[in-house]
Amino acid sequence: MLDQSNIFVHLAAGHNSPRPKQFKKERIMKLSKLCLVACMMVLVAGLIAGCTTPQATTQAPAQGADQQPPETKPAEVVIGVYEPMTGAQAAGGAQTYQGIQLAAEQNKEVLGVPIKVVLVDNRSDKTESATAMTRLIQQEKAIVVIGSYGSSNSMAGGEVSEKAGIPVIGDSPTNPLVTEGKQFYFRVCFIDPFQGRVMAKYAKENGIQKVAIIKNISQDYSVGLSAFFRTSWKELYGSEDGIVAETSYQDGDQDFTAQLGAIKDADAIYAPGYYGDAALLMKQAREMGFTGLFMGSDAWEAPELGQIAGAAAEGAVISSHYSADAATSPDSKAFVDAFRAKFNETPNTFAALGYDAFNLALDAIKRANSFDPKAIRDAIAATKDYPGVTGSITINETGDAVKDAVILQVENGAFKYLTTVKP
Amino acid sequence: MAAKRNLYLTLVAITVVAILLWFAQENLNPYYQRILTLSAIYSMFAVTFNLIFGYTGQFSLGHAGFAAVGAYVTALLTMSPAQKVANFFLQPIVPFLRDVELPFLPALLIGGFVTVLVSLIVGVPALRLRGDYLAIATLGFSEIIRVLLVNLQPLTNGALGLKGIPSNTNLLYAWGMLGFCVFVCKRLVDSSYGRAMKSVRDDEVAAEALGVNLFKHKILAYIVSSFFAGIAGGLLANLISTIDPKVFYYTLAYQIVGITVMGGMGSLTGSIISASLYTIFLELLRPIESQINIGSLQIPGIPGMRMVIFSVLLLVVILFYRKGLMGDTEFTWDALFRFLRKPKGRNDQEGKVA
Amino acid sequence: MTFEAFMQNLMNGVSLGSLYAMIAIGYTMVYGILRLINFAHGDLVMLGAYWVFYGVAIFQLPWWVTFPIAILLTTLVGIIIERSAYKPLRNYPRINLFAAAVGVSFLLENLAIVIFGGRPKAFSRPGFLDSQIKIGNVTLVSYTLIIIVTAIILCALLIYIINRTKVGMAMRAISKDLETTSLMGININHIITIAFAIGSALAAAGGILWAVKFPQLNPLMGMAPGLKAFIAAVLGGIGNVWGAMIGGLLLGVVEIMLVALFPTMAGYRDAFAYAILILLLLFKPTGIMGEVQAEKV
Repeated sequence: MLDQSNIFVHLAAGHNSPRPKQFKKERIMKLSKLCLVACMMVLVAGLIAGCTTPQATTQAPAQGADQQPPETKPAEVVIGVYEPMTGAQAAGGAQTYQGIQLAAEQNKEVLGVPIKVVLVDNRSDKTESATAMTRLIQQEKAIVVIGSYGSSNSMAGGEVSEKAGIPVIGDSPTNPLVTEGKQFYFRVCFIDPFQGRVMAKYAKENGIQKVAIIKNISQDYSVGLSAFFRTSWKELYGSEDGIVAETSYQDGDQDFTAQLGAIKDADAIYAPGYYGDAALLMKQAREMGFTGLFMGSDAWEAPELGQIAGAAAEGAVISSHYSADAATSPDSKAFVDAFRAKFNETPNTFAALGYDAFNLALDAIKRANSFDPKAIRDAIAATKDYPGVTGSITINETGDAVKDAVILQVENGAFKYLTTVKP
Repeated sequence: MAAKRNLYLTLVAITVVAILLWFAQENLNPYYQRILTLSAIYSMFAVTFNLIFGYTGQFSLGHAGFAAVGAYVTALLTMSPAQKVANFFLQPIVPFLRDVELPFLPALLIGGFVTVLVSLIVGVPALRLRGDYLAIATLGFSEIIRVLLVNLQPLTNGALGLKGIPSNTNLLYAWGMLGFCVFVCKRLVDSSYGRAMKSVRDDEVAAEALGVNLFKHKILAYIVSSFFAGIAGGLLANLISTIDPKVFYYTLAYQIVGITVMGGMGSLTGSIISASLYTIFLELLRPIESQINIGSLQIPGIPGMRMVIFSVLLLVVILFYRKGLMGDTEFTWDALFRFLRKPKGRNDQEGKVA
Repeated sequence: MTFEAFMQNLMNGVSLGSLYAMIAIGYTMVYGILRLINFAHGDLVMLGAYWVFYGVAIFQLPWWVTFPIAILLTTLVGIIIERSAYKPLRNYPRINLFAAAVGVSFLLENLAIVIFGGRPKAFSRPGFLDSQIKIGNVTLVSYTLIIIVTAIILCALLIYIINRTKVGMAMRAISKDLETTSLMGININHIITIAFAIGSALAAAGGILWAVKFPQLNPLMGMAPGLKAFIAAVLGGIGNVWGAMIGGLLLGVVEIMLVALFPTMAGYRDAFAYAILILLLLFKPTGIMGEVQAEKV
């Protein structure tokens, strides 16, 4: 019974006798007939599609892209993008996609073949992320995929792409687990252990003696960073005594007064989390009379942070990937100008990372001189000193980028570049 | 005569569909496979919710919690020890869980049983509550489970979630389990227990007066419901290969209510049709969000449009097909034959017979 | 914990609790009359806050103009929802109403994502709500007091309406027995619409004050307060206005105190809150203030 059954199996239990019905039977019957027919058609259509195109199931790429030397060019190259455009992480997804849009506008073709960018929304949700990735690979025939903001979304997509053998370049998932054990997942950002160390080092260099950690316990990102910060703190200070408190909140929480009440005597608060939460936290901390330093992470970087927190955010420091102020290379200056021209705002970290991820994908295709996903994968893995706008990118053996981090400080509501930290 | 004919027809249908599924498993595009598999999993959620609410009248919103327990147990039992060690890099996993590794099917069943045990902790006392109080108690229960999953890092890896769960779930497993689930539920609701359940739904006081043991029947429906919801959770975990507590947010229970009402309270067929349509429609609507080119005119895609249209469709079904797509009717061969005989579908006569 | 710290936490708890209470009153009002768990209530909270945001940010209106307009607009939306989505289902099983509420809630959230955008927006507080007050070692921001006072005033007003006016009497009649009430020549549709309007207005007021306290707007911001208010309403005895007020205050204070007393266990806060709720329901199945209703046979 376990392995053979179907939607009609409950009939085995004995045909039903028609029951008395008090409502408009006709309409229901008609409707149910329609549904039944619709369902059958869907099922049959699916099966026919399956029968007629058996090659569609082959593990790796398909259609055109499959092991074709570049001389016989496919009609178009599909680059898939899966980002959280709706749901809890929509803000980050939208910013990333701006960068990707700009990159796509500047590069209409690769190896003489037009590029088609297909964006699929993963709704900040794991189930949707996996489906979105499957769609990009199987339906849209993407040969390389960019994404996703939010490590948990990336992890779900990574399981699918790994099996299908399609390379993915993560723009900003910083959790170490994203590329762990994955041959086809790469990223253009640094990872959280480094980011945690950067802030611990900053604290040490700036004479912070007592720190309190407030983490969002329901976000993998926040939990991970807090742990890495703690480890680095212990290494640098020799003990954990300086961490006077570690407390937490959850998604959807907006009142942090109880958490803040417990940590009034700290010199600094380290609160890696999303900027909406962070802004409220800073505002409430200042209202309660906290005068120390706020330390945060890359997810704080959004113009809204300063707008929401107002004066409370002044002086807060964060670790991040990139700063438009520090844009020294001609490429990155050109990027900032082009971005301002297109969107009428200064690009932030996530836009820049999206831009880099897209361009690295194109660069890898060019270096591989092929549209074969395997060859592109090897080219991405071999990336060395790629001049991205967020800095020079070298992919290491685990598929992560080894890059500098920058430290930014809030000044007049905007993020100002402070310094660069080498890995 | 007709009974025998129907039995044969059913057996033939099962065989045919099993062969089709097996064939699809081998040949169908993985994207369609995933959608069909998800359909089966959501169908299981809807069918189990229908059992506890549609047939027994107990408004339980604990499905997200059931699914979470099933998913985590199955995932932890099927992952390889090496994979678990790699996952639990912040806090090591408890040794007992680290070393255990089971094949998929036993893991799935254990997941179902553990779900039942956990759900009984709240179910036994809470099922004495009525109506909306039961709803909020079970909703709270499912949120408690989620909070525990987030906090008990050595057991669940907390917010980091689990990844690298073997992707065992396929079309055959999903639809097979759904078949098993529907079979059990159908047997149950057609039995004397089922009639007692319906009497509890229609009028608790009257049912009790007639000698129906309210608690026994409620808890029976609750156990069967949570068992299969746990299994559906396990299937989901082994389909997407990675889970974290956010997957089992209480809004999952709302989705399941929506799907079930859309299909029709008290119709297992309706639940399955509605869950499949839900999954398929969400994917069919995707092109709406991408850029549409009409000649040289470009309409930029609006992210989120898909969900807006989907919610409108949901509301339309709820408002205009108030009994749901199937009402409380089931698919039967007899109905199919009547349908085939009178394809134009004026069923005056039938109404009288019924 | 020192006395000052205790007072500080208590004030913070009461101010959070008053917000829960304001939203819970709307919940409980709709529930008392229609027996409908209106899950779209939390999204009306979100709408109320967004209207103010647009009024202030785009039309540059002063707060004393935007607040009433925002409440009016939200009330209008509430009435439209009631008329189009809930009224047609009034004579159907309550699960249909519940599903409709879930559908409306999905629709409002997704529309908000499409129209307002997913990025959190900054809400600017009117200046008079921003000043700090120091009483001993307890620091308060003026909005804390204003929230508490507003909640009490609105609650009292509502109780007056329900107990002392004709409309209120009709509402009480409907909540006892809808059919009989209609036989008495009372225009049920009219009264239910008024109840929805009041509920939505309270949601909007709650949303505006919520945004004053937590000046960050996003399309899903209504979900957490909505659920918390629902719990508060159940805690107090759903359908009972005083109960909602007490439930809201209790929930707010308990939430803050749990974290303040056990900062390292902060992650378990919601689990404790729900456990308390479930235990309370087991011993007093109709909440703190709920009436025990005789079963109809």
